[in-house]
Amino acid sequence: MYQIVKKEILAPTITKYVIRAPYIAPKRKAGNFVIIRSDETGERIPLTLVDSNPAEGTITLIVQALGKTTKALALKNEGDFILDVMGPLGNPTPIETGKIIACVGGGVGTAELYPITKALKDAGNTIYTIVGARSKELVILEPEMAEVSDTLYITTDDGSYKRKGFVTDQLKELLDANLGINMVYAIGPLPMMKAVSNLTKPYHVRTMVSLNAVMVDGTGMCGGCRVTVNGKMKFACVDGPEFEGHEVDFDEMLVRNRSYAAMEKISDDRFAETSHVCRREGMA
Amino acid sequence: MMNTVNPMKPSQRMKLPRQSSIEQPADERRKNFTEVSFGVDEERALIEAARCLECQNPVCQEGCPVGIDIRSFVQLVYQKDYIGAVNKIRESNYLPAICGRVCPQEEQCEQVCILGKKHDPVAIGKLERFVADYELKHNLFSPPVIKEHREEKIAIVGSGPAGLTCAAELAKLGYQVTIFEALHAVGGVLRYGIPEFRLPRTILDLEAERIKALGVKIETNFLVGRTATIDEFFTEWGFHAIFLGTGAGTPQFMGIPGESLIGVYSANEFLTRVNLMKAYKFPEYDTPIKVGRSVAVIGGGNTAMDAVRTSKRLGAEHAYLIYRRSRKEMPARLEEVHHAEEEGIEFMMLTNPTRVVGDQNGIVCGIECQKMELGEPDESGRRKPVPSSEPTFVVEVQNVIEAVGQSPNPIIQSTTPGLKTGKKGIVVADDVQRTSREGIFAGGDLSRGGATVILAMRDGKVAAAEIHQFLQKKYH
Repeated sequence: MYQIVKKEILAPTITKYVIRAPYIAPKRKAGNFVIIRSDETGERIPLTLVDSNPAEGTITLIVQALGKTTKALALKNEGDFILDVMGPLGNPTPIETGKIIACVGGGVGTAELYPITKALKDAGNTIYTIVGARSKELVILEPEMAEVSDTLYITTDDGSYKRKGFVTDQLKELLDANLGINMVYAIGPLPMMKAVSNLTKPYHVRTMVSLNAVMVDGTGMCGGCRVTVNGKMKFACVDGPEFEGHEVDFDEMLVRNRSYAAMEKISDDRFAETSHVCRREGMA
Repeated sequence: MMNTVNPMKPSQRMKLPRQSSIEQPADERRKNFTEVSFGVDEERALIEAARCLECQNPVCQEGCPVGIDIRSFVQLVYQKDYIGAVNKIRESNYLPAICGRVCPQEEQCEQVCILGKKHDPVAIGKLERFVADYELKHNLFSPPVIKEHREEKIAIVGSGPAGLTCAAELAKLGYQVTIFEALHAVGGVLRYGIPEFRLPRTILDLEAERIKALGVKIETNFLVGRTATIDEFFTEWGFHAIFLGTGAGTPQFMGIPGESLIGVYSANEFLTRVNLMKAYKFPEYDTPIKVGRSVAVIGGGNTAMDAVRTSKRLGAEHAYLIYRRSRKEMPARLEEVHHAEEEGIEFMMLTNPTRVVGDQNGIVCGIECQKMELGEPDESGRRKPVPSSEPTFVVEVQNVIEAVGQSPNPIIQSTTPGLKTGKKGIVVADDVQRTSREGIFAGGDLSRGGATVILAMRDGKVAAAEIHQFLQKKYH
């Protein structure tokens, strides 16, 4: 059992959890993730480790409530427990030095990008960060990202904050500006990572993406997270989660990640119904 | 002369027929996950025990990988001392309720049974299960008394049959034992691989509780190699010896086109979703699984058999077992093949898949196959299947489940310097389960590739004895 010691709502649907996990906290490195199962009937899902505090024995997750599991998690409060947390999983990010790097985050992917950006900055790289969100209220970690970036750019799809447009618009401008950017990290929704990879390819700029595939165990045992990279089958959990964006078959992964869309909707609807009833009863 | 307890003459004993298990009818059981076999009742158990010839030289014991004193336990059954019998088994095998269910007795103790030379062998496995179930039903388990307390700490990595057995043996000797399990539940392949209808989870939970009753600590959600490394276990955690029993959990794929289509599973994923995550209870449980009208399972081993029988239970009208060799070469247990047949599994022998066919949405809609013929024997001694001249054909299916072999998970090997590995990342262990590193022992599928539950248990037991020797020498 893993206790939530702090919970903070960062944006509508996006919540930060600080969780007691004393074995994992000192071992976490940028790029690692955990598998969690919130309760007995729950699914195992992968979540990126955003931060940790070895002295306190805590880890930090930032999660967007999208499906049943993440919505159930959002209903938990400080002091409540998550049944299972296992990790750290996946290969840590190899931290380059002496590079000029563009770190591009989309939506809640910004949270996943944060520890990598911080590690790259700490290693002395020059960092241009681009954070993208649908609208102003969904922009997260702006001060934190500013602190670990040489320059921070923000884009919103609807123009409600800073630059109107997509992260790729901003990135293209930076690439064209001949700033000497020689590496790109992109983390966000699959279509965004695909767009970034497509954009950087003609510029021959090495582009790393972090793939959030469907997983069960997270230790290389099920093969559910298999992705095609450079024509070869890879398991995102143990071979990744980071891969060369120019080699990833995004279209295949987009299809695979929707494998259970219909069933996920059943779970979600069922949860909406029961949690609604609970709340009503709680009020009575 | 060893004593005998049965006054019947051998000729009388031989006239008694081998008793069969009481089973759920195939028509019913293919719709549920309840155990197929209910085992034998007391009446049948007593007849079965009376069939034993009480040989002066009981070869059955030699046929048992963990050396259970079979003759003595069967005699105790004959004398209706069922608890005495289960405790006799437990001296050599701490998991009788599991072994009585999943052990391939027909290739081991029962294969060498003298009665079996002219008649059917004694149903040793069924008797083992009977006494274990009797003890459970009457709640008569009491943990063995641990005579001595020893200070040395031992880490067991993996809670499958090898790890559980090694832990139990060392705890009985008085050592401080901790099991580390990566998943959230104990049992390893017994939990994620073997279906409920062959090994009910209540039985597995119970055997795990009995391990804990020996004072063994169990840490779940702990991935050794990541949460802590083997070297940290020695330097920071203060362990004196480590047993590795992490199994062969990495699924292999055939490498044919179409394996990324929706509806293709490794048997590991398919079985893990159903067994560990209880996807068969969706939406009560959140983990989904998609099983279409027709399912093809590729492979001929026990895992393939488990997967194909599971897909039938999940509602597949047609559940095909596609195997490239013939029936005779199938490595699966005969009993499981019979059960599968009774349940309506459709066997496609001498058939090799060449491609998974998908629709425009990336979803499986068929499997293209090639008929095979048997050629010259290969390195396994079995005749090698070679493609026939017949054209390929497509079978309409919505799922393809690959059960074509597993290899060890590489996480520990890659994070433990100096640990010697062989083919497919198998950890090299000698005949007493020592690895290339002092204080590190390994067994089960991790050091064997794919084997059986009982061989894993044998390794765990041998390793425990060797760890005891090692610690005695080093620290006393």
